[in-house]
Amino acid sequence: MAEPVHIQVNGERRECRVGSTVGDVLRELEIKTERVAVELNLEILDRKEFDRRNLQEGDRLEILTFIGGGADGFSAPLARGQSDAR
Amino acid sequence: MHDDRLVIAGREFKSRLWVGTGKYKDFAETKKAIEVSGADVVTVAVRRVNITDRSKENLLDFIDPKQYTILPNTAGCYTVEDAVRYARLARAAGVSDLVKLEVLGDEKTLFPDTAGLIEAAKILIKEGFIVLPYTNDDPIVAKKLVDIGCPAVMPLAAPIGSGLGIRNPYNLKIIMETVKVPIIVDAGVGTASDAALAMEYGADAVLMNTAIAGAKDPIAMAEAMKYAVHAGRLAYRAGRIPRKLYATASSPIEGML
Repeated sequence: MAEPVHIQVNGERRECRVGSTVGDVLRELEIKTERVAVELNLEILDRKEFDRRNLQEGDRLEILTFIGGGADGFSAPLARGQSDAR
Repeated sequence: MHDDRLVIAGREFKSRLWVGTGKYKDFAETKKAIEVSGADVVTVAVRRVNITDRSKENLLDFIDPKQYTILPNTAGCYTVEDAVRYARLARAAGVSDLVKLEVLGDEKTLFPDTAGLIEAAKILIKEGFIVLPYTNDDPIVAKKLVDIGCPAVMPLAAPIGSGLGIRNPYNLKIIMETVKVPIIVDAGVGTASDAALAMEYGADAVLMNTAIAGAKDPIAMAEAMKYAVHAGRLAYRAGRIPRKLYATASSPIEGML
């Protein structure tokens, strides 16, 4: 069996099978795609790309959604580029 | 007052009270407070999905995007790059082209970095976003934001979450005279009278979060804010009497013994 592909999802290490797509990972995580935004290596993916984009070793996937917030100053938890979040 | 609608970028809003969805005890309380407030615009933040605990409920399961205008913000962003990135992610998550743009200057005051704000607004407007900028109570910056294509401006009353009320009413009044787009006073109100005052000055709407969510009884405060904004708007439209130093009798002298 082929070696798994190592990726990061929302900053956490994860493995997936060779040939897995972004859509596969979303389904595996049971994430409903209707209100999420997905960024692969800082590129925002269109929804129809989810099942077309294969994951490569070292890929960084960010999956975001809406949470409560208003005139608040929450710190942005997203990793900036390759460095980790503040 | 049914003809007194707020219109921004061709969209019509029923309520002049807009509310944030942060800092509530739970989603049920958030939902209830929003319902009681009568707000039809609610702000949300964009954050990572919790992938380790998928049992967590989603805010938008409680707040129906068909019923409310969901206004994503770029809260927590301190650079132009971050703010633009979050705005794009918000749009990709599929609510609308609206964004409440925040580019913050520092963590202590959460004052806007207005130079960064203008830069980020330019980029996003070019990409077709409807940018509602959270800005300082600075008339010059407000004018610049309108000049580059913001269909409304959102000057602060006081620092976010401070509850200090309107710190500089004169600047707000100058902004209202300077720009011809809707003014939404955003951040810093502490209680109902602050919101009423903002509306009496001529603000077109007030956006708040902490003043409601942080109150001892958020649901009751949501109701108070609803009436305050409504009363302030009515008073503004009615036109207040001028202030005078001395008394003017309200009962006639004629007919007295």
